[in-house]
Amino acid sequence: MRTLRWLRSTAASAVVAAAALGGLGGGEAAAQGKQLTLCWAAWDPANALVELGKDFTKQSGIEMKYEFVPWTSYADRFLNELNSHGKLCDLIIGDSQWIGGAAENKWYVKLNDFFAKEKISMDDFVPATVVGYSQWPKNTPNYWALPAMADAVGWTYRKDWFSRPEIQSAFKAKYGRDLAPPKTYDELKQVAEFFQGREIDGKKVYGAYIFTERGSEGITMGVTNVLYNYGFAYDNPKKPYQMQGIVNSADAAKGLEFYKELYKCCTAPGMTNAYMQEGLDAFKSGQVAMQMNWFAFFPGLYKDPNVGGDKIGFFVNPAGPKGHFTQLGGQGISVVATSDRKDDALAYIKWFAQPAVQQKWWQIGGYSALKAVVDAPDFPKSAAFAPQFLESMGIVKDFWAEPSYAQLLLDMQKRVHDYVVADKGTAQQALDLLVKDWTKVFKEQGKEVASQ
Amino acid sequence: MTTISQPDHATIPGVSTPAKSRDARRVRGLSDRAIAWLFVAPTIALLLAINIFPLIWMLRLSFTSLNLSMSYLPLRFVGLDNFRDILTDEDVWFRLQTTAQFVISSVALQVVVGFGLALLINRQFRGHSFWTTIILLPMMLSPAVVGNFWTLLLQPQIGPFNYLISLFTGVPPSSFSMTGQVSLAPWTIVLVDTWMWAPYVMLICLAGLRSIPDYIYEAAEVDRASPWRQFWSITLPMTVPFLMLAVLFRAIENFKMFDMVNLLTSGGPGSTTELVSISLKRAAFEKWRTGYSSALAIILFVTVFGAANIYVKTLNKVKQR
Repeated sequence: MRTLRWLRSTAASAVVAAAALGGLGGGEAAAQGKQLTLCWAAWDPANALVELGKDFTKQSGIEMKYEFVPWTSYADRFLNELNSHGKLCDLIIGDSQWIGGAAENKWYVKLNDFFAKEKISMDDFVPATVVGYSQWPKNTPNYWALPAMADAVGWTYRKDWFSRPEIQSAFKAKYGRDLAPPKTYDELKQVAEFFQGREIDGKKVYGAYIFTERGSEGITMGVTNVLYNYGFAYDNPKKPYQMQGIVNSADAAKGLEFYKELYKCCTAPGMTNAYMQEGLDAFKSGQVAMQMNWFAFFPGLYKDPNVGGDKIGFFVNPAGPKGHFTQLGGQGISVVATSDRKDDALAYIKWFAQPAVQQKWWQIGGYSALKAVVDAPDFPKSAAFAPQFLESMGIVKDFWAEPSYAQLLLDMQKRVHDYVVADKGTAQQALDLLVKDWTKVFKEQGKEVASQ
Repeated sequence: MTTISQPDHATIPGVSTPAKSRDARRVRGLSDRAIAWLFVAPTIALLLAINIFPLIWMLRLSFTSLNLSMSYLPLRFVGLDNFRDILTDEDVWFRLQTTAQFVISSVALQVVVGFGLALLINRQFRGHSFWTTIILLPMMLSPAVVGNFWTLLLQPQIGPFNYLISLFTGVPPSSFSMTGQVSLAPWTIVLVDTWMWAPYVMLICLAGLRSIPDYIYEAAEVDRASPWRQFWSITLPMTVPFLMLAVLFRAIENFKMFDMVNLLTSGGPGSTTELVSISLKRAAFEKWRTGYSSALAIILFVTVFGAANIYVKTLNKVKQR
């Protein structure tokens, strides 16, 4: 009997406590019963967005719900959702390459009228992010997203190792120059070779970490950083979709060979299928001297108690013999066309576009694409990696953003992985086959593909 | 001799005569056949809805150009183009070859290991139940768990597998990668699949071994047949139908293998372990080539269905012998 009474009183207390907590959390929202679901990838910036979103709830009374999916299944999961006209997401932070398909298939709401009405100008955002995340067709004033998370590939290095006198003198003795963050890929390879297999603090370390993942987009997002700088382009700028001799040019083949050499000479064993998380693990565990990864992870790395702070340094993707570019990452935020709460979703975008919100977004771990934030005089000093981020955003290039991007991406994943990791054929053969694959995809899409 | 007497229906209260029950049925307006159909109908409806209808729909799609990532394009009827593309694509043939190699190697190894384990477990010894449970554990795990678990075990720097090999061979543990090397990756997926499914083959073989009557062995012992001779003349021939059944089940399952291999290697390095099921998934749900992947699915279905039919006929012949 006493137990029953105890149970009753505990249950009653729990109900009262839950009601009180609910009241504290979002009384206004609960009263209005409004809720928005935002879909994105599960990574560090997503946690920052949750934090940021609390201000929106406080202001609007609309409760935010989040659907975050790991990167490896992010595209599968959300493209499936969009394709099946699902109602899971009201807002989606979709990858830059989805924009073509999303616009053509009418998965996203076109934002031109909304931007005009709310006086949101795309001129206020970093041009590369507007083209990369918002426009379809590219370089036309048709907007399907607001640049939400600017990102690009950058590099981290072990500043503490680089500054050790014994390591510096050993490097100078071997290469006749000072050990410093590399500015070109040749320098990067030298530094990586120097560190490869070296013993530091009683532990064997490795030269560099680069992307090699096979299943989603990893190896493509890695190799393009070298390819662009060796002369690779997606098509002839004067003749769209003409890829023969451009994608598979001799220079591009040299770039691909270089990536394989870097993979063979200077990476840790077993990195045959590694992407963002494996890179973070390798760097955080003190295994590698330099790491290729997305800027999005750098705030977290800088805060890491073991390898962050004074121990970590950042540098821009090194230049190659034919140019200096880096792979664009990042995403825009869009309203899903099948959402029943489009007005609330647009209200969120309006709120998110405000300079004060964008400033806070940058401060808590997101990457703003608003010029007012990134062009501010104190921006380069606002974070250890801010100058490199700013420089990178000025030299970005992106993968195809065509509706058929998934096919184009998977074809490249296969051809590059076959050559780099599985030692199949030559670089030239891999790129020739890639041109063949891509030509087929574009022809299926109904595009004219000139052979010369 | 026991005789069974059949009581007269009329003498049992509550049981109506055939004539009365016919009247009752006529009253309700349902014949025996109708009642039978009524019971079977939900199952048939379900089967039609979730098996037959999608199959017919897939057959229809296989003759079209449908690509779900470009659903704004008009749907074109392309006849047998998708089938021709698949059958003339070198990559598809390579995937089929990879799949065949995986199926043959893993099923052969599972039969040998499973049968060996069944012979051991068939004997009575101390801790028999405990060891049987331990052996059966892998097949009770989800393939997703197995894939992740073995990925860690096989990690070249921290995984214990490489250290174990190093202990016996002296090769440095981080000098090879079981899932990342072209020469090792195909054998790795065979090894993990065998680890997981040999216990299943063992169970089937055990059923076969326990079905052999003891008197046959007693007669063989009377004839002074050696254990080896008993194995070749009694044990093996009498368990062959069970072994063949195990081969059929495992071959069909392995032909469809996806989850474990996807987690272990993602089909890599390169395309070394890209089984046809992984190709199909990529074509259907990553490239969104719905027409093409429907055609590929039909080709695979016909292949498995045809092979299984031939195999079952052979199995029946073996049973008759």
